[in-house]
Amino acid sequence: MSRPRPDRIIAFGIVAIVIAVLPLLLPSYLSFELTYVAAYAIAILGLTILTGYNGQISLGHGAFLAVGGYTLAILATRAGVPYWCTIPVAALICFVIGIGIGLAALRLEGAYLALATFALAVSVPSLLKRFSSFTGGSGGLILTPASPPAIFHDVDSERWLYYCVWALAGAIFIATSYLLRGRLGRALRALRDNHTAAVSFGINPYYYKTLAFGWSAAYAGVAGAIVAVATAFVSPDVYNLTLSTTLLIGLVLGGIETMWGALAGGLVVEFLPLWAQKINSGAPAIVQGVALIVVMLVMPSGIAGTILRFLRARRGHDVDTTPPAVRAEAVPLSVSASVPSD
Amino acid sequence: MASVRSLSTGLFTALYAVALVGGLALPASAEDGVTDTEVVLGGTHPLSGPAAAYAALAKAEEAYFSYVNDHGGVNGRKITYKDMDDAYTPPQTVQDVRQLVEQDKVFAMFNTLGTACNLAIRPYLNQKQIPQLFIATGATAWARGYKDYPYTIGWMPDYQSEAIIYAQNVLKDKPNAKIGIIYQNDDFGNDYVTGLKTGLGSHASQIVKEASYEVTDPDVSSQISNLKASGADTLFIFATPKFAVQSLVAVAQASWKPREYLTNVSASESVLGAATKAGGAAATDGVITTLYGKDPKDPKWANDAGMKLYKDIMTKYVPGADITNGFYAIGIAYAYTMVDALKVAGKDLTRAKMLDVINHFTESDNPLLLPGITLKTTPTNHFIMTQEQLQTYQSGQFHASGGLIDARPFIKEEKS
Repeated sequence: MSRPRPDRIIAFGIVAIVIAVLPLLLPSYLSFELTYVAAYAIAILGLTILTGYNGQISLGHGAFLAVGGYTLAILATRAGVPYWCTIPVAALICFVIGIGIGLAALRLEGAYLALATFALAVSVPSLLKRFSSFTGGSGGLILTPASPPAIFHDVDSERWLYYCVWALAGAIFIATSYLLRGRLGRALRALRDNHTAAVSFGINPYYYKTLAFGWSAAYAGVAGAIVAVATAFVSPDVYNLTLSTTLLIGLVLGGIETMWGALAGGLVVEFLPLWAQKINSGAPAIVQGVALIVVMLVMPSGIAGTILRFLRARRGHDVDTTPPAVRAEAVPLSVSASVPSD
Repeated sequence: MASVRSLSTGLFTALYAVALVGGLALPASAEDGVTDTEVVLGGTHPLSGPAAAYAALAKAEEAYFSYVNDHGGVNGRKITYKDMDDAYTPPQTVQDVRQLVEQDKVFAMFNTLGTACNLAIRPYLNQKQIPQLFIATGATAWARGYKDYPYTIGWMPDYQSEAIIYAQNVLKDKPNAKIGIIYQNDDFGNDYVTGLKTGLGSHASQIVKEASYEVTDPDVSSQISNLKASGADTLFIFATPKFAVQSLVAVAQASWKPREYLTNVSASESVLGAATKAGGAAATDGVITTLYGKDPKDPKWANDAGMKLYKDIMTKYVPGADITNGFYAIGIAYAYTMVDALKVAGKDLTRAKMLDVINHFTESDNPLLLPGITLKTTPTNHFIMTQEQLQTYQSGQFHASGGLIDARPFIKEEKS
């Protein structure tokens, strides 16, 4: 495993300090909105692993958020389990379901995989209504808002939630960064860039592709649990059909290639609708659509990708501006382990 | 002497301190969102996403507030309405409401839309003691929850009241009816079944068959054939649009001809049009449902003063709007009630006053509700609108008939 470069540690440190200081400067409702950014960033990080690093598409990750959210809600309301204990359970359940879906996904590629996962996003909200004695049906379950323990009684509940959630997000991002830089990350990228070459190097495609699905589903489960505890309410409408596509938009706009893209994507998912509404309250969806097209034309590697390229160019690094997918097609035998993709 | 002087000094200091604290406390106790010239209200509606048709409500409400502001406002205050898009998703509603409360400092929330969205914000608003007024959902939860959530008040007739109204009609027109029910197995469907049994009272034994469906069911034809086999001659369809269409068509295809009642939720022209297309005119002719607002399409109201006001306001403030869209008319009706509540709360507007208004509300002159409909609450009864008229679908159109039917007496009975 390679050691992280010092400039990365510095960048990470700066971001961590900004995140720590923000709630002290912002009104509490903005801290509250930034809590959702953390949740969406974690979910999109899962998609970065699945789509960005491994080339599999999922239009159904909203379903995993739903499973995560309901795991938290059901354990908390029916069994009185503290919220923080339910999050690992949510991740584990989603990991297992994700492995199951991943096994099925081995037989499907591209648009077929997208359609199959879309079916997941369509069916889960209905399933949640089905077992109403357990899930609260369409009326959902109301949760007690998360409040700080007695020793932190001076902290308001919005800021308390913010720090807990961002601490969790930070841990997940650091762990992911190490895993992706190691053997696991190299194997995933190799499979994405050239399947045949990767297999000939001894990488088991079934094992890694299935693992990528379970891994990203677990992150979606954590994100769903955070959304549930922040909203203090779960219902099928909380995890609706558009959530899956919104996350995918966040992934692409943020930048599919890097982990910073997941952070940018979280900001996009949270603030693009609010911003679109300010521009034109009559038709926010149109503003969002236009923004999506413009960003894709001007910054094909997403917001984070563009910023990183800009920074590297300033430092005089040799920059390959071709997105990795294109690169793989152009140089069929390149194995990604030798091409730094971020 | 010294001790007396020090005592009097101490007393004076204490009094001064009390006066000072009192003086400081005064501006702090003044309400957010209210000045002598302005009152700020917040709202959320789906302006984007699959439920965006409801955005018409918000547009009409804004238009009515502009109209009121141009005529001097309420008690000298202009109404500022800050409406936000929540795309019908509770997490977005929760965030919008916090922003409206903390940044925009709204005095109250008005007409937030959707059962799930309102359930998600109700604890927060009540904990902050911010009124959640005249919300756009028909769930019975709002009236039932008045003890735990006193700052929340509904508006439209709830599902239970609607079912009580059907029960009264069936007892009058077909006293020996053998009743079958198809209902959605959730809070929505159960509210209706409870209401129907309450309304039938001792005649509840005339229900010969209840069949439920799950929203995941592919269709309801087996439920319909069971209901037909039960010998029922009257069918209540408490189903959301997709299943309402399936039920109506399945009944026609089984050559079954019961008297049919259809929930107001599914009684739109698009639902009945779809059922007619799939099952022929026989599938929808004679279907009975309810209404409580004036339908802008009904020629009966052509010279009605309320309808004229509606058309004038829409032409002036929302130019180009399709004024036959019933959502616009209902939006004006909602806004009218909101303005009424502000008027009653008076010149010295506080949230405590508004809570009082919620508990003792009466309105009987809403220009866009059917004549005779009275909105009414008491401290222990928050079922605010309980009267509706019946209408029957015939050859592609709704025809209203009979007078208003009131569910209120039955609701009181249930309470005791």
